[in-house]
Amino acid sequence: MKKFIQELCEKNNFQSVHLLTILRKIQTKYFFISKEDIEILSNLLKIESTQIISVVEFYSFFHLKPRGHYDIFLSDSITDQMLGQQSLANYFAKKLKLQLGQVRDDGLVSLAYTSCTGMCDQGPAGLINGYPITQLNKARINTIVNLIETQTAIQDWPRSIFTVNDNIYKTDLLLHQEITQGEALKATFNRGLIATLDELKQSGLRGRGGAGFNTAMKWQFCSEEQSSERYVVCNADEGEPGTFKDRVLLNKYANQVFEGMTLCAAIIGAEQGFLYLRAEYLHLYSSLKVVLADRYEKNLLGNNILQKNINFNIEIRLGAGAYICGEESALIESLEGKPGIPRNRPPYPVVEGYLNKPTVVNNVETFLAAAKIAIIGGQAFAKIGIKKSTGTKLLSISGDCERAGIYEYPFGTTIRQILDDCGAKNVLGVQVGGPSGTFISNQEFDRRLAFEDLATGGSFIIFNQQRHILDLVKNFTHFFAHESCGFCTPCRVGTSLLKKQLDKIVDGHGSAGDVVALEELCQLVKNYSHCGLGQTAANPILSTLQRYPEIYQSKLKAISYEPGFDLNASLATARQLANRDDSGAYLAQVEDE
Amino acid sequence: MSDKIRIATTSLAGCFGCHMSFLDIDERLLKLAALVEFDRSPITDIEHCTNCDIGLIEGGVCNSENVHVLREFRKNCKLLVAVGACSINGGLPAMRNHISVEDCLNESYIDGIGVENPQIPNDPELPLLLDKVYPIHEIVKVDYYLPGCPPSADVFWAFLTDVIEGREPNLPYELLHYD
Amino acid sequence: MNKTISIDGKTIPFKTGQTIIEAATAAGVYIPHLCHNPDYKPHGSCKLCTVKINGRNCSACTFPATEGQEILNKTPELENDRRKITQMLFVEGNHFCPSCEQSGNCQLQGLGYYLSMKDNHFPHFFANRELDASHPELLIDHNRCIFCNLCVRASQQSDGKNVFVISGRGINKRLTVNSTTGKLKDSNISVDDCAAQICPTGAILKKRTAYAVPIGQRLYDTKKIDEIALEQENKE
Repeated sequence: MKKFIQELCEKNNFQSVHLLTILRKIQTKYFFISKEDIEILSNLLKIESTQIISVVEFYSFFHLKPRGHYDIFLSDSITDQMLGQQSLANYFAKKLKLQLGQVRDDGLVSLAYTSCTGMCDQGPAGLINGYPITQLNKARINTIVNLIETQTAIQDWPRSIFTVNDNIYKTDLLLHQEITQGEALKATFNRGLIATLDELKQSGLRGRGGAGFNTAMKWQFCSEEQSSERYVVCNADEGEPGTFKDRVLLNKYANQVFEGMTLCAAIIGAEQGFLYLRAEYLHLYSSLKVVLADRYEKNLLGNNILQKNINFNIEIRLGAGAYICGEESALIESLEGKPGIPRNRPPYPVVEGYLNKPTVVNNVETFLAAAKIAIIGGQAFAKIGIKKSTGTKLLSISGDCERAGIYEYPFGTTIRQILDDCGAKNVLGVQVGGPSGTFISNQEFDRRLAFEDLATGGSFIIFNQQRHILDLVKNFTHFFAHESCGFCTPCRVGTSLLKKQLDKIVDGHGSAGDVVALEELCQLVKNYSHCGLGQTAANPILSTLQRYPEIYQSKLKAISYEPGFDLNASLATARQLANRDDSGAYLAQVEDE
Repeated sequence: MSDKIRIATTSLAGCFGCHMSFLDIDERLLKLAALVEFDRSPITDIEHCTNCDIGLIEGGVCNSENVHVLREFRKNCKLLVAVGACSINGGLPAMRNHISVEDCLNESYIDGIGVENPQIPNDPELPLLLDKVYPIHEIVKVDYYLPGCPPSADVFWAFLTDVIEGREPNLPYELLHYD
Repeated sequence: MNKTISIDGKTIPFKTGQTIIEAATAAGVYIPHLCHNPDYKPHGSCKLCTVKINGRNCSACTFPATEGQEILNKTPELENDRRKITQMLFVEGNHFCPSCEQSGNCQLQGLGYYLSMKDNHFPHFFANRELDASHPELLIDHNRCIFCNLCVRASQQSDGKNVFVISGRGINKRLTVNSTTGKLKDSNISVDDCAAQICPTGAILKKRTAYAVPIGQRLYDTKKIDEIALEQENKE
């Protein structure tokens, strides 16, 4: 064991920035990260063991206790639930003869839930030893159980189990055709770097992760910082439930994404770039390495790119399961081998980013668009879309529709148009922008896809009339409580309190003041949290409470107060130990009025 | 019925320390007696609450009987007041909350030192333990809180005189303690 | 020295590079805080120092003062929300003041008093936390840890050690001790370390010193936290 870790550290130059990479390898090989491993690592990397423990405990896919040799996680996105994931999970557990959330006694297999794995267009989905399984059904589960019980090595499993489809249904400017390799770089060099930044300015391109900061401005700020080193980071930590467009981009348009990163590097003067790839997209890792190798070969990466005296390298770093790492400063912390805790701002990453050097962090789609703009020019791009939202936006459409998948739309497109295109009928509402976005009702379908109206990172989940609003609110609220990094009080405690208070109402224990208390708590979490996670964690409740107050009210009992927990369940242990079943051994949940 | 303010008091999972502290208002008791009368309380022997203006609850909720008593108070008292640390956050009794009920009962009745004839009592007269000790605001709606372990006699006096004289109760800084 | 900000209508001078809380403290204006201590790099996690700057909520301990900021600090709205944030800390851990040696000297408690907090408002978590009494002179009661990170910073920045790290995620955060056993006795902390003195609550305590001053005659029993904080923080 020691030799393995020694070699692993050697390969990573004994640098603690590679801690996640190293821990991933140990977790994969030994199914957990033992105390001894941590001690060895602590000595080799010259960092405290507690620092390593803090990383292991932070990320969902690292474990201090052994997982099964076949370690299964089922995606807990609302779309998976809508596709019957819960009964399938129970079926899976029964077949494997284990309890959900447990490792089987023989250590062979473990089964648990995880946050959305980015396969909402082909769920119910999950991961086995890090690799995606999609379109789960009983037959598929039977096959998998059989392969596990016969201890068949994963690489010998039928490939069909791991099939991931791109599902591109509507293309426009960006998806219509990938650019020719090197085309954007050549155009950039021909035009000149400053002139290309000008084109980017004219394009009006704004960050595609959802926040919408002006891309040219970000690049310019970064380039203006006094520093000998700068970094370009591509944020492929696509964790917002319901979004999967980056998965498709990195599968089919990776060249263009890398080209966008490279031209950013040329413009800002960076020599090192990172693709931060979420752990759930491990299946893309090797093909991305091939694309990179090809680009090095063709002198589109590496030293003296296209003989223009520009050096740039791209390294892929994998995450380990933490939604918060989609926040740019948390992502940077994670790149540095630490828990993904958002930094205080200012300073912003363009001033102090990776290793405290100026850093541009952009979304996958932003780099894709930037490469296109370098070729077609800013004007041509700005012509598409509307005033403050130029160009097109990729949507990951899932939920109740006939064709879930990727759609590219010019900004300004109405929700109605989108719903028509994907074959959505009897729609109750749409969650635009994922749990952190907004729920819109079927009275709002004339609203538009735009920063001015409905801004979105791309998640677009459709709910039909058979769905219950509170089901999705509950799923989303639990998601945030699970993913809160725990740094600041309002989010750490508040998201868990939101979960308790919402469950109290949804489970029918709410009374007169409980919705008011819920709303107050929402405001507190929203207004006082440190970063976007906490600031948006109450959105599912707030946006549905605003639209459907009657649904919440209908859950309330006409009494002054009811406990938020089950009184009878609370007596269960004592009742059983005293072997009692008389009427005095039970409590009514509410007092007889 | 007199027009005196009617007060009920009880101790749930508490130590009666808050009641003792209440009695520490000493000679002011005479003044109080002129203005209030006591309903259910350890000082009256009234078994069940009737309509009251104020209900003072000491202690948290640790068993089924506590739930019944607390509900009786809530039903009959216009103002329900959580008195002392235990009623507000469970207090010292809640320090059992990280121990399972099973371990608690086993230690007391089965495995504990000096236990004879080990058995967990099953008399229906005995209230059953809840899984945890709860603050009273997690069971019923509470109108006021008097923190302290115990709240000092002056806290009781300040609160009661405020209510009796029709003011919104207010604890000045020097009367606010959690210990 | 002619650059100023305004806090609750009061004009306050600041020097370039100062945070809002630094400028406020120097001018004798108290902004509630728990994770902030002027001796250490600001952390910005407790969020009690949240103020409204030109209408936007910001942490006063990390946000730089800049010319002309209109800041709201002691408004009913902010004080009300700060009380709720304090209540969150009370329900998250197990803060049984009557049994805590630090009672009366505890900043969490002092802040509760300052904000007229009489109850804990939210449902309690009653988290399972441990007690580490292994060290001959020091004790950690994890029930009282509020994750302010001050011991972590004090150990790194003052003591040149690295005794503490906060691990875990979300509501499952925990303070971990850097030693092979995870116990304090096996760490390199010493009783004179700043990290051993800095805890704002009773989570890290020096043994056998608890009742030198009787309950009822302690720091926050007689004086409010705003006065005490301003005195202490302007002394340096």
